[in-house]
Amino acid sequence: MSRHPRDFHPLLRLLHWLMALMVLAMLFIGVGMVSTAGPLYPALLALHRPVGIALLVLVLLRLPLRLLTGAPPLPADLPGPQKLVAKASHVLLYASMVGMPLIGWAMLSAGGYPVVAGSVSLPPILPHDLQLYALLRLAHTVVALLFFALVLAHLSAALFHGLIRRDGVLRSMTSGHRR
Amino acid sequence: MPAHEKPPFAPMALIGAVAVSLSLGLAWAGGLIGPHRISGGEVANALEGNGGRFPGYRRAHAKGLCFSGSFAANGEGTALSTASAFRAGAYPVMGRFSLGGGNPLAGDGRNVFHSMALMLRTPDGQEWRMAMDHTPIFPVADVASFVGLMKATTPDPRTGKPDLAVLKPFLAAHPEVTAFQGYMAKAILPDSFANATYYSINAFRFIDASGAQHMVRWQFEPEAPLTGLDKTRLADLPRDALFREMIARTAKGPSRWHLKLVVANPGDVTNKATVAWSGPHRSVEAGVLTLTAVQPEEAGACRDLNFDPTILPPGISPSDDPLLGARSGTYSSSFTRRAGEGAHPSAIGQDSAREKSQ
Repeated sequence: MSRHPRDFHPLLRLLHWLMALMVLAMLFIGVGMVSTAGPLYPALLALHRPVGIALLVLVLLRLPLRLLTGAPPLPADLPGPQKLVAKASHVLLYASMVGMPLIGWAMLSAGGYPVVAGSVSLPPILPHDLQLYALLRLAHTVVALLFFALVLAHLSAALFHGLIRRDGVLRSMTSGHRR
Repeated sequence: MPAHEKPPFAPMALIGAVAVSLSLGLAWAGGLIGPHRISGGEVANALEGNGGRFPGYRRAHAKGLCFSGSFAANGEGTALSTASAFRAGAYPVMGRFSLGGGNPLAGDGRNVFHSMALMLRTPDGQEWRMAMDHTPIFPVADVASFVGLMKATTPDPRTGKPDLAVLKPFLAAHPEVTAFQGYMAKAILPDSFANATYYSINAFRFIDASGAQHMVRWQFEPEAPLTGLDKTRLADLPRDALFREMIARTAKGPSRWHLKLVVANPGDVTNKATVAWSGPHRSVEAGVLTLTAVQPEEAGACRDLNFDPTILPPGISPSDDPLLGARSGTYSSSFTRRAGEGAHPSAIGQDSAREKSQ
């Protein structure tokens, strides 16, 4: 598929926006479900696991695609430290996208829980060990909150590029540049 | 935009507004702002407030004994649900007996409320977890009332009894609690874990092969004849009397229960565990549970499991009873707390360690 050199691959853009919605939904579902022992708790939990598994599958498709098709260069006039922050934040975003579902899966395994979502049943990836469970359960919350902060920073930076710098960085992930 | 210029105000304000709105949205979703919600953690706090805080143990039904055995399904249950556990065959089970309350070392006469938790796995990987009590009904119908009950029955440190100024108005507002107390006063208190009937408490939705749904409450009925404890002399029971009786009984031979699936009549209440189903009901005997061995929690497989009653095989799903979500959320909080605190010795484990050292 041919594309403008300043744009992300169209399939990558599609995955980006799909996963952006799912990740935000997951963060809201996650904090929402632990906030209540009402009827919403089981309802949200029933959403949380399948969407988490779906996100893991999607990021495992997306990561190789991103490594294969690369990213357009950042604007030449962007200061060096900003470029570094941009690159590092993307590494962290990918790490969170891979890490969160894996921590969730590992945590359920260590807690002795079945990892079931609808008709999909996943095998345990860690031994049944409550000390491990406690550690991973805490990590699931802490990484989720850091992930949310990272998403906010990423979104703010994208809007800064799109609304203030108007340098094509936001467009490289949205409609793309005219060929 | 050249670097020396100040960023324009309106777009900057917009970017800030987006970030602030999302943050406020997350705080709202998490219950930090907006109307108060009762979380599993709050219920766990109420349990700790009522019975004391015992790190490392379950926040309710803290005193327990593991067991193992098998469930022999006769195939009849497939009329109501496609769950593999109902297909004729024998499946290994493990579980846990417990008494009520949060004190893991309490005397057996203090809080006689027999419970049986079960985990049933079939070879195809389906898993069914149950947490049952020896009463067909529960004292309250929803999570807010449960927290209220825990608070209203918290012993006053000066008198050791609940504060009547709190308890009386609570009971007045909750006739179902008074009804439950009335039931308990009349009911025989089983003198063994082995001769109690264990009830699912809540209703569940069973789905059969044709896709038809049936609202079901189930019960495990013992083969051992029911005999009762003397309710006036409960305080005289040795600390671990009921557990030791079960250990001694199992050394002599297995105990058995028959699983009965009771199907709701039209008009039966399925969303309130406080309401019994009375009158004749269609019931299906689905198989026999045979308990062959018991183990202290230190040695058994039950301690590190959360017997969340919403962990169900395909073919069974939760009903509209709000207590199920409350139990699931609360058990999860209790499980996470004790996992972080590390496991501590069980009463029965202490007994057997003492006997070995003698």
